[in-house]
Amino acid sequence: MSQGSPEAGGRDLPPGEDELWEAVADPSRRKVLDLILARGQATPTTLAAELPFTRQAVAKHLAVLARAGLVEARREGREVYYSVRAERLDEAAQVMARAAQAMAAAAARWDRRLHAIKRLAEEQAHTSPAQLPGE
Amino acid sequence: MTPDKVEKNILINAPAETVYRVITDPDQISQWFADAAELDPVPGGQGRLTFEDRATTQRMSVRLTVHAAEPPHRFAFRWDYPEGERPAEGNSLLVEFTLAAEGTGTRLRVTESGFAALRKPDEDKAVYYEAHDKGWDAHLASLQGYVAGQS
Repeated sequence: MSQGSPEAGGRDLPPGEDELWEAVADPSRRKVLDLILARGQATPTTLAAELPFTRQAVAKHLAVLARAGLVEARREGREVYYSVRAERLDEAAQVMARAAQAMAAAAARWDRRLHAIKRLAEEQAHTSPAQLPGE
Repeated sequence: MTPDKVEKNILINAPAETVYRVITDPDQISQWFADAAELDPVPGGQGRLTFEDRATTQRMSVRLTVHAAEPPHRFAFRWDYPEGERPAEGNSLLVEFTLAAEGTGTRLRVTESGFAALRKPDEDKAVYYEAHDKGWDAHLASLQGYVAGQS
């Protein structure tokens, strides 16, 4: 369940950015996604064999990825094959890129602020020697 | 890694008490953070930061609420929550400063977290960040001029 949605309900955006975000924010899930992408298609059994996750964990990850529209399932005999939906993956990449950009900008702002704090504090420390013991 | 948190730190050649004052005193906050600041730096204290965009002379004001104030070791606040709402996880960013003695100076660390939940109205945020950046670039330029004039 995605918490804190601004509008009550919020269902009108079909598999929205929330689900997309939730799906790709988890590193384990990105591993599952990467592997399906590398193989073209994969069954839960082969995924569980190649990744350090249990079958149950793989099934859970696949369910979240499917809910976000990032993968689709196709049944062939007794096997279910999962493949990546490219257009949805593009959207996910954009969401991630935007978030990374916002974070990088925030980090740069704090860097500038810390440097400004440093200058102010050091100025004050040097103009009031009583604050500094010895030396 | 979930991109929800930024972390930065700096070594300052000044006692923790001095650094703590710089980060909590409204008169000083207006020199490193916003163009104007009002703040009661006690737990639960309310404040307001005003940013001016020098290019357009447009003003933007942001509320903040003090989350923790333990001089001279820790100071934290939540900001960037909608007017009329209480600051909480999911509608605001949490900024946490920690100060630790290191050598003859102070190591100041800052984390800002809550981006993942806050990213909801993406376009609003983009505009907001841009406004901040502009204000900051102008502020930094004036600060650098000031520092250069000193030396």
